[in-house]
Amino acid sequence: MTLEVKVIELIMEQLGVTREECVPEASFVDDLGADSLDIVELIMEMEENFGIQISDDELDKIRTIQDVIDFLKTKGVK
Amino acid sequence: MKRRVLITGLGALTPIGNSVGEAWEGVCSGRSGIGPITKFDCSAHETKIAGEIKNFDPLVHVNKKELRRYDDFIVYALATADMAMNDAVLNIANDQAERAGVIIGSAIGGLPTLEKEKENILRAGPRRISPFAIPAALANLAAGHVSIRYQLKGPINCPVTACASGTYAIGDAFRMIAWDYADVMVAGGVEAVVCPLAVGAFNAMRALSTRNDDPEKASRPFDADRDGFVLSEGCGILILEEYHHALKRGAKVYGEIAGYGITSDAFHMAAPPPGHEGAARCMTAALRDAAMLPADIDYINAHGTSTPINDIYEAQAIHNVFGDQVSRILVSSTKSMTGHMLGGAGGVEAVFAVKAIEEGIVPPTINLNQPDPAAGELDFVPNIARKKDLRTVMSNTFGFGGANAVLILKKFQP
Repeated sequence: MTLEVKVIELIMEQLGVTREECVPEASFVDDLGADSLDIVELIMEMEENFGIQISDDELDKIRTIQDVIDFLKTKGVK
Repeated sequence: MKRRVLITGLGALTPIGNSVGEAWEGVCSGRSGIGPITKFDCSAHETKIAGEIKNFDPLVHVNKKELRRYDDFIVYALATADMAMNDAVLNIANDQAERAGVIIGSAIGGLPTLEKEKENILRAGPRRISPFAIPAALANLAAGHVSIRYQLKGPINCPVTACASGTYAIGDAFRMIAWDYADVMVAGGVEAVVCPLAVGAFNAMRALSTRNDDPEKASRPFDADRDGFVLSEGCGILILEEYHHALKRGAKVYGEIAGYGITSDAFHMAAPPPGHEGAARCMTAALRDAAMLPADIDYINAHGTSTPINDIYEAQAIHNVFGDQVSRILVSSTKSMTGHMLGGAGGVEAVFAVKAIEEGIVPPTINLNQPDPAAGELDFVPNIARKKDLRTVMSNTFGFGGANAVLILKKFQP
């Protein structure tokens, strides 16, 4: 499973959204109906699933699905 | 000037039925909702039986994302509120929102969530605690989420008075309307703690029945062979409405709240005093609030938990308050069928009280083979429901910490 697919699966499960809604440019807050707590829990799932840590500063910069994928790649996740 | 408060909607989610219709049919036919515990592995627990909600599809009432975020007690409260609001055919217009409120009590709230998050800490450290843990665990979030769903911007509260919480909620909501703080109140109680810690903790107190080989016979209030209560989960909700508000919109009226009493035992953290004088004072307080006399009560839906102590003390208190009227008054405990839903009990039992008046049927106390002689002569409506035209019903609930609450409901006369 590619990184993109894995990320989208996690988002679908956490936010209860459809695959069609999960386009790379989708904004968590504006398009996927996530609030601040949703995003915190989503990131926690990412941390647990990919074995990485995200700081609050790095978290601040994440707005869209593409942001998450780019971030994971910079952390060396394949 | 106290305003009149009518009951215009009902909702119930119980171990004997997932709707008012099903649950009421269940109690009238003497059906037990008690069975082996399936929600967790109870092989190491002394008590292996409980009253669980069965065949309930939460996705009818909440979406997948909400289901991940809400403890069961919140889901139950939303489902039951949905049923009650549908039943009342009530739409709260924007300009009415501040005059509509919600009070839903719960004794323990989201204990299963706390258990799960404790496991998370132990497994992976505090950083793995869900950001939703607190909102899922706080007892007042049942009322909170119902308020959000229905945009109820008036008074909101969550009484936490153990097994009496549901009655406190309805009584307090009654007062909100009577004293002109609201015109509509969604009121009741909920509990969902059939989980390892709660069952284990009640076992540690020796409070639960251990009749594991015969679950449906385990809850036997007032019976000489009772050995403790059976823990259950569930939710009961009433829609309360001010008299003119209800009649103006042509609401269906089930009945009226006549009175409400609350007292403290000031005795022991969990046990009532002999004769349960605090409960007697509470029944008397409710009668006074309703401007009624013992002769005005036709049926008492007892607290009747099936513990050795509560049942005889409650019976003694009933004798003390009602004297020779007990030869006429029917007394039964529906906990014989539903088990003890803790905070949910007061809510569900109020629903049963309303239905009893509406249909003129008194639900039985099942599993009553041999009434405890120490309870004295009382008609416990043994095993089979009884047809009786009822003017009034008194609903009793008494909680740990000595918190007592009694509601009196009456037939509606315009």
